[in-house]
Formats: sequence, C-alpha cells, structure tokens
Amino acid sequence: MVRPTSIRWKRGGPTLALIVALAMCAVAWGQGQLPRPPSSLQVVDTPNDDGTSLTLAWDKSPDDGAGARNVTGYAVFRVPPRGKRVLIGRPPAGATGFADVKLKAGQAYSYEVEALSAAGPSAAAVGGPAAPTEQWYHRGRTNVLVGIVIVFGLVAFNILRAQRGAQLYVRPIAGLEAVDDAVGRATEMGRAILYVPGLTGISDIATIMGMIILGRVARRTAEYETKLLVPCNDPIVMSAAREIVHEAYLEQGKPDLFDPDSVYFVTDAQFGYAAAVGGLMVRERPAANFFMGGFFAESLILAETGAAIGAIQIAGTDQDTQLPFFITACDYTLMGEELYAATAYLSQQPRLLGSLKGQDWCKIVIMALVLTGAVLALFGAAWFRALFQVQ
Amino acid sequence: MLQEQGPTIWDRLLRVPRWVIYLIIAAAVIFPFLHPLRFPVEVSQRTRQLYDYIDKLPPGSVVCLAFDYGPSTMAELQPMAVAVTRHCFRNNLAVAGVALDPWGAALCDAAFATANSDGKKKEHVDFVNLGYKTGYSAVIQGMGLNIHEVYKLDNRKTPVGDIPLMKNVRTYQDLAIVIDLASSSTPQAWIAFAGARFGATVSAGVTAVMALDMYPYLQSGQLVGMLGGLKGAAEYEKLINQPDQGALGMDSQNLAHGAIVLLVLLANLGYVVTRRQARRRQER
Amino acid sequence: MGLVRLRIPLAITFVAGVVLIVQFFIPSHPSMKLYAASQAWLRIIGAFAAVLGVGSILKTHLERVQRAHQQWPFSTLTLAGLFVTATLGIGWGVQPDSPADWIFKNIYTPLDATIFSLLAFYVATAAYRTFRVRTMEAGLLLTGAVLVMFGRVALGEMIQPHLVPQSLEWLFTFPAAAAKRGILLGIVLGVTATSLRIILGIERGYLGAE
Repeated sequence: MVRPTSIRWKRGGPTLALIVALAMCAVAWGQGQLPRPPSSLQVVDTPNDDGTSLTLAWDKSPDDGAGARNVTGYAVFRVPPRGKRVLIGRPPAGATGFADVKLKAGQAYSYEVEALSAAGPSAAAVGGPAAPTEQWYHRGRTNVLVGIVIVFGLVAFNILRAQRGAQLYVRPIAGLEAVDDAVGRATEMGRAILYVPGLTGISDIATIMGMIILGRVARRTAEYETKLLVPCNDPIVMSAAREIVHEAYLEQGKPDLFDPDSVYFVTDAQFGYAAAVGGLMVRERPAANFFMGGFFAESLILAETGAAIGAIQIAGTDQDTQLPFFITACDYTLMGEELYAATAYLSQQPRLLGSLKGQDWCKIVIMALVLTGAVLALFGAAWFRALFQVQ
Repeated sequence: MLQEQGPTIWDRLLRVPRWVIYLIIAAAVIFPFLHPLRFPVEVSQRTRQLYDYIDKLPPGSVVCLAFDYGPSTMAELQPMAVAVTRHCFRNNLAVAGVALDPWGAALCDAAFATANSDGKKKEHVDFVNLGYKTGYSAVIQGMGLNIHEVYKLDNRKTPVGDIPLMKNVRTYQDLAIVIDLASSSTPQAWIAFAGARFGATVSAGVTAVMALDMYPYLQSGQLVGMLGGLKGAAEYEKLINQPDQGALGMDSQNLAHGAIVLLVLLANLGYVVTRRQARRRQER
Repeated sequence: MGLVRLRIPLAITFVAGVVLIVQFFIPSHPSMKLYAASQAWLRIIGAFAAVLGVGSILKTHLERVQRAHQQWPFSTLTLAGLFVTATLGIGWGVQPDSPADWIFKNIYTPLDATIFSLLAFYVATAAYRTFRVRTMEAGLLLTGAVLVMFGRVALGEMIQPHLVPQSLEWLFTFPAAAAKRGILLGIVLGVTATSLRIILGIERGYLGAE
C-alpha cells in the first residue's frame, strides 16, 4: 500500500530543506568568488578613421591582477537593439580598451564588458550607445604633413635656385664617374656589358633609378656599338627596360643595332635568377657589370662571379644589408642615396642638382632635430619624441 | 746577367688560387659531418629569453609558428622550427603553423614531421598546419579579429572549426605566443599588427644577416627573445638537450669562419712582408 | 617623344602621385576605398605581368631551339620544366603529396638551397681578396670583420671568454646600428626627393626621355 504524499513530505521535509539551503549557500559562495566588474565603460568614436570603428575604454576590475578572484581577461560584447549580444573580443588581463571595427557609420551601438576569471564572468559593465563617424582629416598625421611640407619646400626652393643659375657643388661620386670608363673598357676589349636591374619591382624607387641609369648606359653602348645584355627578374621591369634601351638606340640614330632579345625575362625565383646570371657571366664574359637596383642575398653570388671573370663592376643599391657585399666584391659602389643622386650627377641638369641640394638641407634639419631630441631626452623630456610618432 | 726571382712564399700567400680557397672551405664544412667536433655552444640571453617563456607555459597552451621563409634560407631557419616544435611537444604544448610565404606551408609540414618522427603527437590535436594565405598584413590583422575567418580550411582542406586544437583558438588572446621565422621583414609586420594592435606576444627567428635589424625591438621589449641564424638554432637545441642540424651546422660554421680568418690573416701577412721587401729594394 | 609616350604617362604619374599623397591624410570611407582599389589594381597588373614573363621565356628559348643556338639543349630543358610544372600544377593541384609538390620538395628546394650555399665559398674568396690592411679604414674594416667572424661562433668564446662576444654585442648595438640608421635616413630622404621629382615630371629617364 502506498503512503499519501503529504505524509512522505512531512517525513522528508527537513532533509530537502537542508539540501536546498546548502545549494543556495553554494551558489552564494560561488557568486562571492566571481570577480568584480570593470567600471566607467565609455564608448567613443575612434578618431581619424573611416567611420567603421568605436573605441571602448574602461577602468580595470579591482580584481585584475590581485587575489583569489584574479581576473584572467575580459569579454567584450556588442549588444544589438533586439536579440542576443555577440562576443566580439577577449582582451587579456590588464587591458583597459578595445576597438570594435567593421561597423556602419552613423549607426548606434551598445556594449557590455565582463571581467573573466576561473570561477566565471563578472556582472557586465554597460556602455553606449554611440555611433561611429568618419573623419576627413587624419589629425594623427599632422607631423607627417609638416615634414612633407618642409622637405618639399626645401627641395623646391633649391630647384628654383638652380634654375636661376646658382652654382651648386656636388661632391665627386667615384662610381658614377667610372660609368663611361667602364663602357669604354668593354668597347676596347670587344666584350659585352651586363646590366642587372635588381630584383625589386618597378614600383621600387631603386629599380626606377636603375632604369634611368640603364638609359644612360644604353646611350653609350649605342654610341660605341657595344653589346648590351639586360637579364630581368620581373616581367614589368623587362618591358620598361626594353623601352628604355630601344629609346636610347633611337636617340643615337642606330635603331637597327637594337636587339630586343638582349633585354629578356629570366625568372622571378631569386636564386634561379642568380644562377642564370652567373652562368651568363661565365659564358659571355662581359667586360663590365652594372648592378643597379634592389638586391638581396644573391648580391654576393652575382658580384663575386663577376669578380672571378675579371669584369669591372659598378653596383648601386639602397638595401643596407647588401652594401657590405657589394663594397667587398665590386670596384665601385653607390651607397643608398648615391644611387638616387645618379641621374642628377650624370646629367648635371640644374633641376636635378637643385633637388640634391634640397636633400642636403633636409639632412641638416634632421641632424638639428636629432641633437635637440638627444639633449632633451637627457633631461627627461619625452614630449619631443612624442611629436614624431605617426599613427 | 740578372736572374729573375720566382715568386716567394709571401707572393704566393697574396695569390692563393680560388680553387684552393674553395677546397679549404669545402673541407671545413664537410669534415664535421664525418667527424663531429661538438664545439661548445654558448647560449645567448636572447635565445634563453624565448626558451624560458615557452618553458613556463602551462600544458595545453597553443604556440603559433609563422613559416615566412623559403627553401633558400631553410638551412638557417628550419632547425629553429624543429627545435621549437620539439620543445613544445615535450612540454605538451600544441603548435599551430601558419605561412605568409608561399613555400612556408610545405616547410611547416616538414618541420612538424621531423619533430614528430616518433609519431606520438596527433595532427589536429597536437599540431596543425593552417597553410599559406596571401595578403601579408591583412592576414595578420584578420587573425586578430577571428582566425577562423582567415583560415577556413587548414592545409589538408579540413574545416578549421572541426579541428579539435582550433576549437578554442579564435584570436591572439588564445595563442600563448607567435614566433615568426622569417628571412624578410615580416617580423616587423607581426610586431606592428599582432603585437601593438592586438596585444599578442611576439618573438622571432631570423637569418644571421637580419638579426641586427631586430635589436631595437628586443631592447624595447616588443620581441620576447630572438633566435639569430644557425647559432640561434644551435643554442635552442642545446637548451632542449637535443642537438641536431643546428649543432651540426655550427661545427661547420666554426671551422669555416676559422678558415676564412686564417686565410685573411695569411694574406695580410703576405701583403705586409712583400710591401716591406719592395720598399727595401727601392731604397737599394 | 610625343603625347602618348611622354605627356600622358607624366600626367598619369602626377595625378596618381598627388591623389595617393592626399589620400594618406584622409581617413574617410571613400578614401579608404580608393586606396584598396589602387592596391587591387597593382595586384591585377602584377598578375598580367606573369603572362608577359611566360611570353618572354617562350619567345627567347623557342628561338634558341629553332636556330640551334649553342645553348639550345638548356633552352629545351627550360621549356620542358615550364610545361611539365605548369601542367602538373594546373591538372593535379599543389596540395601536399601532389606531383607539383614532389617537384617542389625534390627538385626546386635542393636547387634553391644549393645556389644559396654558394655564398659560403664566395664570402671566403671575397674576404680573402678584399680585407687587406692598405689604409687605416681598411684596417678598421678588417678588425670588425675578424671580430664578427669569431664572435658569431664558439671560437670567440674559446679565444677569450666573454670579451669577444661582448665586444661583438657592443659593435652591433652602437656603431653598426648608428651607421645603419644614418644610411637609412639618407635613403629615406632620397626616396622622398626622388618621388617628388618623379611625381612632378622632373625625373623622366624611366620613360626613356632625357
């Protein structure tokens, strides 16, 4: 026979109440272990952006970095007007900010931030709503604008000076003075000239300068009817080089001497190119090698192979890691900005010489700034260095 | 009748033929492979810093290795990759490989295979190769928002969401450290985007030529240690007590460097003596 | 040089240069879209460049084979390599364990590493030939080179524990880094001034003009 429920409850009641009480205590105890939430959550439009970002800032949870309720990180949620909130990021412990990106300009967004711990998340700090807006001027780059204005101004001023007839002194650059000698040497020996325009693409300034120097060398080889070989690592550089060499031969009135196959694409694989050019040097034995442009680890392979065949070698690159190799293996090396000065130096055009002078004036300005910064740093003035940070 | 003097030993020192130099270097490089010399490897502060960081990671942490180099520089960088992976495996850390270089994904496979030669670690549980993604800085920034959005499939075309290792790995906060093994300027991109923007812990392993470029980042704390060149790999192998290609290569590098310095000093000796002899002949 | 080969390219250079400089200071959405579009166009042009490159290889080497040039067997090998790798890659993909992957692992990788390893020999011959104490500067260069050579390997520690590696650290941290930064400053200024010359059309040599 089954006893009535009421009688069963009366007998089991104290046990059940004890279990419930214990459970509530456990929950309360667990709640007590949860970290305290971050505070002062602010949501503002991210400055200097395209209106797709909001920046959140908060004060750390008091349990961040201390005690048994140690915060391990934060969870950032975006809260839509309707529906469930979405987790958008998990900054680490110690973080006091987060940037939410890929938002819609003009639309309002709200956020919640919880502190996380091993026991669980804290209550949420709520912030917003705020709407991202786009800016039309990047204030964080004002220092760059000022720098550009100064540099452009000094360069433009000296170009005008040169055009008005001012005599501008440019120190002799041995490598550039040797260009004509190298071409002459190859002509006398009846051997070819090898021109390597580097391994960087046409958008690299060093490659552009290499192309310009190639034009000058090509004019000489057209004039002296010397064979010119231009193996290229990049197809676009090859096209540009071919045009330049063709123009040079046309200018010298010797279009028939131009061989389009003398400017050709080898491969864009770095060491495949080095192997191909090395083999070309050993077979054709050019009397003069020009390495003008951007180079990497293959620079010494090329230069040393050229030295082994006894060619006169003139190199120019802005890759500072490769300069030591060219300096040891080549007869002349144009270091960094000397490559950029090549066109001005070779042509002696007033406008180009003027821009060189402008560069030198800029260097004086930079040296003055460096000295000023060093002295101010000695006195702990960090504000001067902060002027030059770019966002 | 004047007798012409043949070349003296000092003249010969000035004109050692190329093939002789090549033979000396070849011998210096090959000899340690036949008879290992086990030159001592002194561990630098930079390498120790990275080792200590990884050693202190709790089991189950995920380390990200970025394979940003190709076959030409694998002699220097692959031993680093293998040594770090071995360290992670030994400490029960998971390793996720990514690549910004087209050849990096294949090199990642090779490194994991070497480190897991005993087959004890399981792919997708203990290690995963997420493969190559084009886009460079866009990839690095995308990983800061959601790795699963950037890498939807791994190198074996397995959906990343189905990979046990990647289940709880969504952003840099879920990665203990990102170590960029590079032969170009990619470490600067990882520092700028992953480190500065997303708070990732970044380290680097670079070729010896590039090590000098990384010093400012080491000094400012933006890099947690750094492995520089084959020596860096050898140092790490010493720390994990598993000398391999790095240590073997260092024997060759030691002998080769010594041979080059000896050749240079002998050439200078020849130069000084012949110059002095020429001066004396002129004075007479 | 007329309108098409000089004036139009110069105008395009000027407009593109000025627009992208101005774009750097405008963070708005249209400006970012313009920048993204310019990057996309660069990639598109780069993709077409691959077509140019393959065309050049085919033309050069096919002519050599046809004319029975001295090097025609190597040209045949080059063309065969191009066709085989392209066919395998397009037909069977480039995933691990594919035929193209086999070529990469067993042919390309060893060849690439081999050419790179030639540097070991070339460094020796270049150092032997160049590091002679002809002048004081050459003597300083020699001293630095010897210090780096020994400091980067165990020999330095064996010769003089701590002194050689610490001297090397000092050399890297101070004089070498300072010289590098000086060179870099010059390069950056040179790039800025050269870019200005190109944008304004003062520098025209890259178009074949004087």
